[in-house]
Amino acid sequence: MSRYRVAGKGRVETAQPVDFTFDGRRIRGLRGDTVASALLANGIHLMGRSFKYHRPRGPVAAGSEEPNALIGTRRGKGQFEPNTRATVQEIWDGLETTSQNKFPSLTWDIGAVNDAAYMLFSAGFYYKTFMWPKSFWDKVYEPFIRAAAGLGVSPSEEDPDSYASRYLHCDVLIVGAGPAGLAAARAACAEGLRVVLVDENSEAGGTLLSEPQARIGGTPAWVWLAQELAALRAAGVRVMTRTTAIGYYHQNMIGMVEKLTDHLPQQPADTPRERMWRVRAKRVVLAQGALEKPLVFHGNDRPGVMLAGSAQTYLNRYGVLVGRQPVVLTSHDSAWYAAFDLADAGAKVQAIVDTRATVRPDLRAEADRRGIPVKLSHTATASSGRLRVASLRINPVLNGTVGAAATIRCDAVLMSGGWTPSLHLFSHTRGSLAWDEDLTTFLPKDTPEDCVIAGASRGLWGIAAALQDGAEKGRAVAADLGAAGIARAYEVQDDRPGQGESRRELPTDRDPGRAKAFVDYQNDVTAKDLRLAVREGMRSIEHVKRYTTNGMATDQGKMSNINGLNIAADALGKAPPQVGLTTFRPPYTPTSFGAFAGYHRGAHFEVTRKTRIDSWAEDYGAVFEPVGQWRRAWYFPEAGESMDDAVRRECVATRASVGMFDASTLGKIEVVGPDAVEFMNRMYTNPWTKLAPGRCRYGLLCGDDGFIRDDGVIGRMTEDRFHVTTTTGGAARVLTMMEDYLQTEWPDLQVWLTSTTEHWATIALNGPNAAKLLAPLVDGVELTEAAFPHMSCVDCTVAGMPARLFRVSFTGEIGFEVNVPAPMGRRLWQILWDAGQPYDICAYGTETMHVLRAEKGYIIVGQDTDGTVTPHDAGLSWAVGKAKPDFVGKRGLARPDLTAKGRKQLVGLLTEDQSRLEEGAQIVFDPNQPLPMKMVGHVTSSYHSDAAGRPIALALVEGGQDRMGETVHIPMHDRVIAAKITGMVFVDPENARLKL
Amino acid sequence: MLLIHCPYCDETLPEAEFAYAGQAHVLRPQDPSAQTDEQWEEFLFIRENPKGPHFERWRHQHGCGRFFNAVRDTVSDKFLTTYRAGAPRPDLASLTESLT
Ligand SMILES: [Zn+2]
Repeated sequence: MSRYRVAGKGRVETAQPVDFTFDGRRIRGLRGDTVASALLANGIHLMGRSFKYHRPRGPVAAGSEEPNALIGTRRGKGQFEPNTRATVQEIWDGLETTSQNKFPSLTWDIGAVNDAAYMLFSAGFYYKTFMWPKSFWDKVYEPFIRAAAGLGVSPSEEDPDSYASRYLHCDVLIVGAGPAGLAAARAACAEGLRVVLVDENSEAGGTLLSEPQARIGGTPAWVWLAQELAALRAAGVRVMTRTTAIGYYHQNMIGMVEKLTDHLPQQPADTPRERMWRVRAKRVVLAQGALEKPLVFHGNDRPGVMLAGSAQTYLNRYGVLVGRQPVVLTSHDSAWYAAFDLADAGAKVQAIVDTRATVRPDLRAEADRRGIPVKLSHTATASSGRLRVASLRINPVLNGTVGAAATIRCDAVLMSGGWTPSLHLFSHTRGSLAWDEDLTTFLPKDTPEDCVIAGASRGLWGIAAALQDGAEKGRAVAADLGAAGIARAYEVQDDRPGQGESRRELPTDRDPGRAKAFVDYQNDVTAKDLRLAVREGMRSIEHVKRYTTNGMATDQGKMSNINGLNIAADALGKAPPQVGLTTFRPPYTPTSFGAFAGYHRGAHFEVTRKTRIDSWAEDYGAVFEPVGQWRRAWYFPEAGESMDDAVRRECVATRASVGMFDASTLGKIEVVGPDAVEFMNRMYTNPWTKLAPGRCRYGLLCGDDGFIRDDGVIGRMTEDRFHVTTTTGGAARVLTMMEDYLQTEWPDLQVWLTSTTEHWATIALNGPNAAKLLAPLVDGVELTEAAFPHMSCVDCTVAGMPARLFRVSFTGEIGFEVNVPAPMGRRLWQILWDAGQPYDICAYGTETMHVLRAEKGYIIVGQDTDGTVTPHDAGLSWAVGKAKPDFVGKRGLARPDLTAKGRKQLVGLLTEDQSRLEEGAQIVFDPNQPLPMKMVGHVTSSYHSDAAGRPIALALVEGGQDRMGETVHIPMHDRVIAAKITGMVFVDPENARLKL
Repeated sequence: MLLIHCPYCDETLPEAEFAYAGQAHVLRPQDPSAQTDEQWEEFLFIRENPKGPHFERWRHQHGCGRFFNAVRDTVSDKFLTTYRAGAPRPDLASLTESLT
């Protein structure tokens, strides 16, 4: 047995030793222990260093609210987790744990120098200390903050675990399986109602696990608990442990994380580490109990100083004495029971120090019976001890005056400042709170959700009260759902309801300005910091919170918020309800990214869309790039080629003979109906009425604000049918926009819109030999200038496949786009590839497509435009049907700002030194002007062009279209590049190459 | 996650199926070219930002695809009602009463 283990106590399995390591040291615990209980059983309180001052810290609590005892856990390769609460992590053979925030070791830490520099690090120190001089920021302050900041160490390896995600629908969800939750479940599980009872702990029972002395209906608490759980399961209640309700979302959706494997030495195959549950419950019962408040005094963070209720839990649940000579410091009855339990288990309780002048006579009598000295009307003014508390300094308080100090030797201080309901999930519902003057705390009031609160979470202390309230609430929600639930009556013996008073900082005879009386342990916020924040002008509790960081750590202020509020309210001279509580936000406890990501990781993080020709490109060694959700072939390098080499080769080959390109990702929308042409006239800037069936046209889509939204070639297949193409990334957006206008502005139009993007595989053939290659394969149309001129479209047959053939060009060469039903895409590609071999056909990717189109000055919406570019700005005025009475964007284009002089306009740029510009580079007119220079535009596209024999660029330049031939300047980090403004067409401005 | 009633499908479904589509009852003028600059600015850019019931549009994006109107309380996030596009603006007083 370890030194601090008590025989016959606790729920741990004495015959099942478990060995794990802490900072490399082997520690023996028992099955059922947490890391914290096992370390305490071995007399180890020091478990970490604090975040800001690197002060030595041990656990103050025994549950998920623990702010101090944060450890790293390693379960295997890649399975490292920082900031795990030692009070929650169950031990198993081989578990590796490490303390945090220490260098070089936990017992001797250099960062503790921050503790000595305490006065420098007070409230708002981030805002004050690091402000001046400016030059110190890069070299001194930022490296310092970066080195010091952060809790624990981020894992650096890929997480090999899997995470699952499930939905759950139920009638009643009960959060918390303590007495209130158990009784609520028992009452609600009537008439087939689906009841779910969840608890974050490894076993259900809540406070019953820490109070074995109680008897319910004459049955000992633990026996009753086992019977009750069996009865609930038999009644069909789903009981889920190690499952934390992390957030309460709209309309009774509760997020829950179930931990499945962290407590197991061997991970079962095919079991996720954690499972995120999204629960939609008709009714929710919140029975999360209450959290004990620390007392605020100098040195209240020393290892060995902990909550009295937690010490009771360590003893009764884990069989561990947290000290052999503890002293109890309290303002509440409940800590007296901790003193009695520890004394009965063999500890020599040094004293019970109570801030109150009077206490219940029965408590006095019990203390006297055990020979425990009692000090009423006392305060604590300091603790001492280097890495563990060794003594407590106490003083009598008479009429508000602090008297002479006495020192009590001790190895633990069990403190209690009373209890505060756990309001977190209730607060997530945006429920309102009411201040209770008797309990000096906030209680839940109204909530917009279908939710009730039971037991200690609404300020009812003691097992009997919790059972009774739980039963009544369970019955009520069942009745709400039309079922007759039964609220049993419970008789409880040896219950321990108690009362107390709420304190701010305890009174002291020392300078309170020098006291390290911690309110928020995890963020190292003291009472002094809170008062300083108020003195420095913070008036709202939300400002005080942010200025001091009180309640902003990973424990979400579970222990600190109420103490912080009481102190801030006092400093403000206001009553706490006038100051109010800060908002609690999900998640209730720290939650792994894995649980949120669920299945959406790796290749499943985002969907990857692939065309039917993608597999050919992969076989052929293409390099891919993501475009929207699509994976597109970027270029096809041959052996030894760089990207530039490959792109130049592809460009040259296409202009010399023929190139083929997978254009399947282009968005495609079929616009059909008697009013299709009218609809097109209204949506697109171009006129469509005179476009004959069998012909196509470049279409430009604006928003009603007059800015370009999308573009694409649109074919009129028949009188009432248009084949609309959109940009790859814009397909869904354009269809939504069309649907919006059609459904809500012009519901009278007889038009149907269908997305056909994935119905067609589209292959573009470009180059002087494109027609020669394709013609022998086409049935139904002759590929001659007369029968099928540029900008024609037709339904025909290609290589025996039904096809929709377009004669269009995005390269300036003779061009065709062959659409066939998608499943035939790769077959057609292979046929064209084989047929192209005599012409030295070249497969090209998106980069070559970009170069070839830029050489012709064809824009790419979203690259050469940015949402503030009009058709006129882009040099596309010719595409605007000015005679049409209306179209989307017509009125917008007449807005004064859009017709004003000096707008940024798209132009070509040729550098004087033949260098290639960087896309995104800023442009100025006068490179010699003082800083900051007036920026007049930026480079939107830039490539090396073999056809032009030099680098080319497109750019948006202020008033660019009136500045042809002028020189602009592009300042780069090492030099300034001069470039001449030109037109946008760099190759074949006469379009001679488009002709057959 | 909100639950939203699609007035076309007549089903209450999870928010993930829907897309928000801005303020409702902003009618595109019959003849935009006849609008003054101020009127057009109003139509394009000026929107309500109420604390309380808000008339807004949603689309059943991953369902029937229809745009519809809704009244949602921006404080509680509760939907007071949803109704088909083109239907008249419901009387607010009757909506808030029906909730209490
Ligand atoms: Zn629908």
